[in-house]
Amino acid sequence: MFDNIMVLVAAPVFNIQLLLDGLFIGATYALAAYGLALVWGVMNVKNLAQGDFVIMGGYIAWWLGNHGIHPLWGVPVAIVFMFGFGWVVYVTIIRRVIDKELFTSLLATFGLAIVLAQVLNLLFGPEVQTANAGFPILSLFDNAVTLAQIKIIALILCALLALAVVLFMKKSRMGQAIRATAQDARAARVMGIDTDKVYAFTFSLNAAICGAAGALISMIWVIQPFYGISHSIRSFVIVTAAGFGNLPGVIMAGLGLGVMENYGGFVLGAEFQQVVVVGLLLIVLVWRQFQQHKLRRAVI
Amino acid sequence: MGVDKVNEMGGVNVGGKKYKLEVKYYDDESTPLRTAQLLERLINQDGVKFVLGPYSSATTTAAAPVVEKYEIPMVEAEGAARSLFNKGYKYTFAVLSTSELYLASAIGLAAEVAEKNGKKASDVKIAMAFENDPFSLDVRAGVLADAEKYGMKIVLDDKMPRDLNDISATLTKVKALKPDLLVISGHNKGAATAARQIGEMKIDVPMIALTHCEGAKITTNFPGTVNGFLCPTQWAETLTYSDKYFGSASGYDKAVKAKFPSYKNVPYQTAQATAAVLVYADALERAGSLDPKKVRDALSATDMMTFYGPIKFAPEGNNTAKPMVLRQIQDGQYNVVAPSKYASHPLQWPRKASAN
Repeated sequence: MFDNIMVLVAAPVFNIQLLLDGLFIGATYALAAYGLALVWGVMNVKNLAQGDFVIMGGYIAWWLGNHGIHPLWGVPVAIVFMFGFGWVVYVTIIRRVIDKELFTSLLATFGLAIVLAQVLNLLFGPEVQTANAGFPILSLFDNAVTLAQIKIIALILCALLALAVVLFMKKSRMGQAIRATAQDARAARVMGIDTDKVYAFTFSLNAAICGAAGALISMIWVIQPFYGISHSIRSFVIVTAAGFGNLPGVIMAGLGLGVMENYGGFVLGAEFQQVVVVGLLLIVLVWRQFQQHKLRRAVI
Repeated sequence: MGVDKVNEMGGVNVGGKKYKLEVKYYDDESTPLRTAQLLERLINQDGVKFVLGPYSSATTTAAAPVVEKYEIPMVEAEGAARSLFNKGYKYTFAVLSTSELYLASAIGLAAEVAEKNGKKASDVKIAMAFENDPFSLDVRAGVLADAEKYGMKIVLDDKMPRDLNDISATLTKVKALKPDLLVISGHNKGAATAARQIGEMKIDVPMIALTHCEGAKITTNFPGTVNGFLCPTQWAETLTYSDKYFGSASGYDKAVKAKFPSYKNVPYQTAQATAAVLVYADALERAGSLDPKKVRDALSATDMMTFYGPIKFAPEGNNTAKPMVLRQIQDGQYNVVAPSKYASHPLQWPRKASAN
């Protein structure tokens, strides 16, 4: 462990590689986590199939790439397809569990996650796949740092998508309705908002966001039918750390998690890379608990 | 393939009487529990006296205690875990090389190269990344033992979790530490992830050895990057083995392709399955009896040459006569480069990623 830290001290240029890799992948985490925050905040549904939506988006881009269409087209295609898919899932499953207790929705989405992973496995096989975007790779600092152009493109697209969602939530009628429902669903219904439609739209929007994140991940990373769970966990860590309705928080937590993971893998070894994710979740929860405890005492 | 060939040649001569071979299969769905159940059924209900092993180390591990209980011999061709051969099983025989030998030959090759370049073998620096599962850790144990033999320095020893989809942090370390040899084993997933990220991060280690190259189809998916990668295999059609059934390794290769035209490359898994049948034919003839115990004793005395390689069982049941060979990816082709007496092509060193 200490040798690895010494490497970073002796050759600081490798910090740049770790930071960049972390930021690029963190941006896609933040995107998927924002979708989760939306569904969690508006509908109080904790979607355990979040990561599987991401992987589905990845397979869309990969599939297009295999059929002579540039995988970047996978981003818009995944958004449209996953929006429709999200709607179907809402109507068939989520609508039935939304007003039930917490465990019902957890179990339902967990079951959905298993089914989706197996369907992807049946359709595309269990191998690791990657969509080849075919952009050049830049070498910096005498080849010590490499930077694939597709990662820069993915980062820009992530930023644009996040911006589009924010504008949508602020400016459009539907965005306002979603925010109103999140604040108080009953009051929103009294005011004439069709909350069922708002829920359907929110869930579909989440699926679309996940699809876009997944399409980007398939180009900058690798996908596999059973990788969904690790993306779900990351989304939960980010949302738990940042809270709902806190977009800057989600972005910071997403980028931070990406960087922490890369540093964790470097310093502690690849076997501890995911320990960092779960470890952070634990720290955040303990800290939150501690904070709330203080708050409660102040109220008393 | 093996059964057809033996029957075609007149069957097996046991004590002056000719017998034809016949295989009875059940589908174990690659589930160890199912393997054990179906094997009981084969032995108890179907009266099978000689067993061929299932596919994978996990199912073979489940099968071994069953054949041991009924004292029925099993010749297996697809279970390579070392743990199969340290439990004192007397009825399990494996024609293939065990997993700790998969990449050990890469260490020998690195030592050879170092000495050729006027360096000492103990100067070689090795970086390793293995998946955290029994098979890959067996491979790692073999690499460690051989590296220790040469006194080589392990500069990096990372273990990849089962669902790790990113090894860029590990590869960044590789870049910083500049090893002479990079060794990676993590089934098909590990091979695909490694090939992708090694290309993306322009890792220029002069020698890279990787398991599961064929399974992960890295030559089709990452053609330029993987040029020069070293991949271990149990068997290759260019090897100079020969026997009376198929003539030679290439004869077997041609026979399979003629019978099953959909095969462009004959996987070593097919070859070793055929070899297991040949081992039975040989042992049955030498035993001169259909008594499982006598056949077991004949099996343990096996010392034969096949198209698949020499077969001679250690007391633990693994085949110690056949070497693992290393193939290097050269312009999209898998060419045998080590051990040197079987090499069909010279080693390209240092490796160079090609442009395409």
